[in-house]
Amino acid sequence: MDASFLVAQLLTGLASASSLFITASGLTLVFGVTRIVNFAHGSLFMLGAYLAVTIVPRLLDLHYSLPMFALGALAAALIVGLIGVAIELILLRRIYRAPEIFQLLATFGVVLVVQDLVIRIWGPLDILGPRAPGVPRSVEILGQRISGYDLVLIAVGPTILGLLWLLMRRTRFGVLVRAATQDREMVGALGVDQAKLFTATLFVGSFLAGLGGALQIPFKPAQPAMDIAIISETFVVTVVGGMGSIPGAFLAAIAIGLLQAFGALIIPESTLVMAFLLMAVVLVVRPWGFLGKPDAHLGARTAIEGVKSLTPLDATGKAVVAIALVAGATLPLWSDAYGLKVAIETLCFALAAFALNLLIGVGGMVSFGHAAWFGVGAYAAGLLTVKLGLHMAPALIAAPLIAGAVAAFIGYFIVRLSGIYLAMLTLAAAQLIYALCFQWVAVTGGDNGVVGVWPAEWAAARAVYYGLTFLLCVAAIWLLRRAIHAPFGYALRGARDSHLRAEAVGIDVKGQRLAAFALAGAATGLAGGLYAFSKGSIDPTLLSIPMSIDFLAMVLIGGVQTLFGPVIGAGLLHAAKDFIMPLTDLWRTWLGLTIVALVLAFPQGVLGGLAQWRARFARSRKP
Amino acid sequence: MSNTRIDRRSLVAGAVAASAWGGQAASAQDAPVRIGELNSYSRMAAFCLPYRNAMQLAVEEINAQGGLKSLGARKFEIVFRDDGSTPGDAVRAAEELLTRENAAFIAGGFLSNVGLALADLANQRKTLYVATEPLTDALTLAQGNPYTFRIRPNTYMQTRMLVDAVKDKGVKRWAIVAPNYEYGTSAAAAFKRLMTAAVPGFEVVVEQFPALGKVEPGPVVGALAQARPDGIFNVLFGADLPAFVREGNNRGLFEKRLVASLLTGEPEYLLPLGDETPEGWIVTGYPADQIKDGPHGKFIAAYTAKFNEAPRCGSLLGYVSAHIMRDLIEKAGSTESGKLIAAFNDATFDSILGPIRMRGLDHQSTFGAWVGETTLNGRTPAMKNWKYVSGEAYLHPEDEVKAVRKS
Repeated sequence: MDASFLVAQLLTGLASASSLFITASGLTLVFGVTRIVNFAHGSLFMLGAYLAVTIVPRLLDLHYSLPMFALGALAAALIVGLIGVAIELILLRRIYRAPEIFQLLATFGVVLVVQDLVIRIWGPLDILGPRAPGVPRSVEILGQRISGYDLVLIAVGPTILGLLWLLMRRTRFGVLVRAATQDREMVGALGVDQAKLFTATLFVGSFLAGLGGALQIPFKPAQPAMDIAIISETFVVTVVGGMGSIPGAFLAAIAIGLLQAFGALIIPESTLVMAFLLMAVVLVVRPWGFLGKPDAHLGARTAIEGVKSLTPLDATGKAVVAIALVAGATLPLWSDAYGLKVAIETLCFALAAFALNLLIGVGGMVSFGHAAWFGVGAYAAGLLTVKLGLHMAPALIAAPLIAGAVAAFIGYFIVRLSGIYLAMLTLAAAQLIYALCFQWVAVTGGDNGVVGVWPAEWAAARAVYYGLTFLLCVAAIWLLRRAIHAPFGYALRGARDSHLRAEAVGIDVKGQRLAAFALAGAATGLAGGLYAFSKGSIDPTLLSIPMSIDFLAMVLIGGVQTLFGPVIGAGLLHAAKDFIMPLTDLWRTWLGLTIVALVLAFPQGVLGGLAQWRARFARSRKP
Repeated sequence: MSNTRIDRRSLVAGAVAASAWGGQAASAQDAPVRIGELNSYSRMAAFCLPYRNAMQLAVEEINAQGGLKSLGARKFEIVFRDDGSTPGDAVRAAEELLTRENAAFIAGGFLSNVGLALADLANQRKTLYVATEPLTDALTLAQGNPYTFRIRPNTYMQTRMLVDAVKDKGVKRWAIVAPNYEYGTSAAAAFKRLMTAAVPGFEVVVEQFPALGKVEPGPVVGALAQARPDGIFNVLFGADLPAFVREGNNRGLFEKRLVASLLTGEPEYLLPLGDETPEGWIVTGYPADQIKDGPHGKFIAAYTAKFNEAPRCGSLLGYVSAHIMRDLIEKAGSTESGKLIAAFNDATFDSILGPIRMRGLDHQSTFGAWVGETTLNGRTPAMKNWKYVSGEAYLHPEDEVKAVRKS
């Protein structure tokens, strides 16, 4: 490899980095100020690209010049900025008082709607934009040909960085943004209108997402899956760069761009994991990122309000649980085979979601990678039966043990962090495990997965397998509930609410959290194992990001402050999916709208909302 | 709801009657025969929507011609479900089709992992699965089963068609670029194996496996150019393809190099290239815009009239598959899995592509593909010098199948 080639590779890597930075800087800004885990950022990026491939060619027909191209890109970005404002006004503003993480769910609803929307408007074919006029196709540098547009991007990235720096340092808006990133409550207390500040931030952030999308049309097509492709990487940039730090995001984008450009030369498959590997390493070594501040306050602030008090079930509660148990136990008598199938899946999800809320609601540890344990359990059960010829029963015993062990090992690194850093490390860990399952073809079957994971003879009948699932899931949920009501659960909640005080009274916070991680991992692994046997196959989608998001959605829909909310949420989400999918092609739209409607109607989750309503009712009845 | 119930009862009655009196008695029934079709209509819309359009067109034609004659002119019906692009959703939807919709059998699938999961479900439930689209070789080889039949030419067959087209061009130094997932890696492996056997001195000088849907074109093109290959075997498709092609054009990667590219001639992937389309890539695909004659020309005209666009590769597959499924039921004279499977093995079907045989050995059909070169027709991408290649000569060698296939 000669030096001139390395220089060329460096430049193209920098161009990719620049493009990534433009989009990610918007997320850094929004995330820093509002703390919203904005999944819709990828959708805004996608809309920017689609609007640009619509607007730019029309402007170029009027006058074929670079300024016209730039004007078109800016117009697209501006429209996206306004869409961002609309999302803020219509949706996010209504739920600012809900637990912070709840807004994630609302933006996830938006993602689903936009995915269908672009296909509706622009059709399913990918659309490649025009070249930028006046930019040479290629430029020769040291005898190597490089795209002319790469040099444009390399210039645009730092320009945006400079403009943002001016915005942050030289304007009142910038001062307020920086202040809000440091301490939102204080800014509010000083009389700043937070609503306006949020709207303005959403505008700038969305504008940047749109600009990132618009500027990539000369080298990448607008296509309906680009939102998913970019979103995780922009989060990595935001976290690796340091919370709210735009120069940090710039450095992080460069690190990722270069790692991918050079990593692919050494291991061609490595682009799959490079970004997440970087994030994992950074979070372990320097959790606050390249240029972020090691501020415990910042991390702790994103801890959410969780399960408040552990009152034992009252008479009504007991009655509801009893009815649910009787209904569940007798289901094979009054449901057809398909109903049982859906019920089996719902039970598996319910257990996984309940375990997730042990981490979130009780432990205050938001996990973005919960599907990892579900997947590890499923793979453990599947591989043990198919590859090693084990029977179902031992495989189902091994699934939670292996998932719990893996969760304990990875949890060791995770529990040292808190807040959003912790959440991001769970995401990175899940992606690394995903990559392992995806790439280790000889053992895991790669992305094709492994088939033939069917229940043993005695449990092959649908009703019997349902019975087994019902028994195991209910038992596991009951055990987890016991643990939450035990001193262990109290210690976890204590650590959640005040790390320092918990340590001061002698609680081994890390130890307790690690135990919670292992326990939740094991329970979820059992759910994954049961799920695998009900489906007959395992494959990497079981531990993919969308699966993790589904689990989060279940917890949030049900209510993160309630113990049994996640069970309700699992039932609701799965039932909604099962009901809507056969009805229409636009099932993602309707699922998204359903989620948004639930978010608006029940900002505390469904069960949380019901509990609140009941409390209010009881109070009004008091003499 | 009441409708379904009547359907179910009459269908069960029909099945009982059919098995008791050898299919003749079913003539009294007029409930439609249902087939459950699962595909990624939302996530792989570019391929799957035209596929479904053509299936609906075929169903209309079939019923206008009097439905299923061997079953007393019962109507032919296809129930469509989104497979959610994950095996989990697909298997649940398949269960719904089989239990609640009374589908006689299932068909479809786009992604290979979905196809394999459906195949295994079919095997478990002892019901027929017509895998129309999934390309993975495993479906008809190591993981093949008695209940699963595939229509499209698999990864190996399409790769072998391309190898045949390039092996005599005297190019020995090859670069390979493929998406990092099973389709990409197995196409790359098949290419290496077939070229090694066919071209003395064949060598691969560089390989790139970018993540599917996430190709960074700059670094990939740089890595390929640096190795100075004489030929490039490309497996990128979908959104990765236009990005790769434009960057390659910008930097002259394809100048004076032979490029063999899988699937690139399919309108789904060729049209987005626009005037960026390189000249003279050797591709597999479907030149729908240039076929005018015979029944195939008639299909193209009817499809274009109905949907206001030329058929895509997905349309062709959907149309042919629907007719194959109709003919299959006619041959079997029944909707019973055992009879359908017996009728499928080694059957030959008339299609707009000419006869298509379902090889009994591995349940792979001889549905072919067009091999030709890419070109620009004005500003519209097109194929030239193409010919239709039947899959017959490109099936997996029999001994290879016997070595790995378990059932």
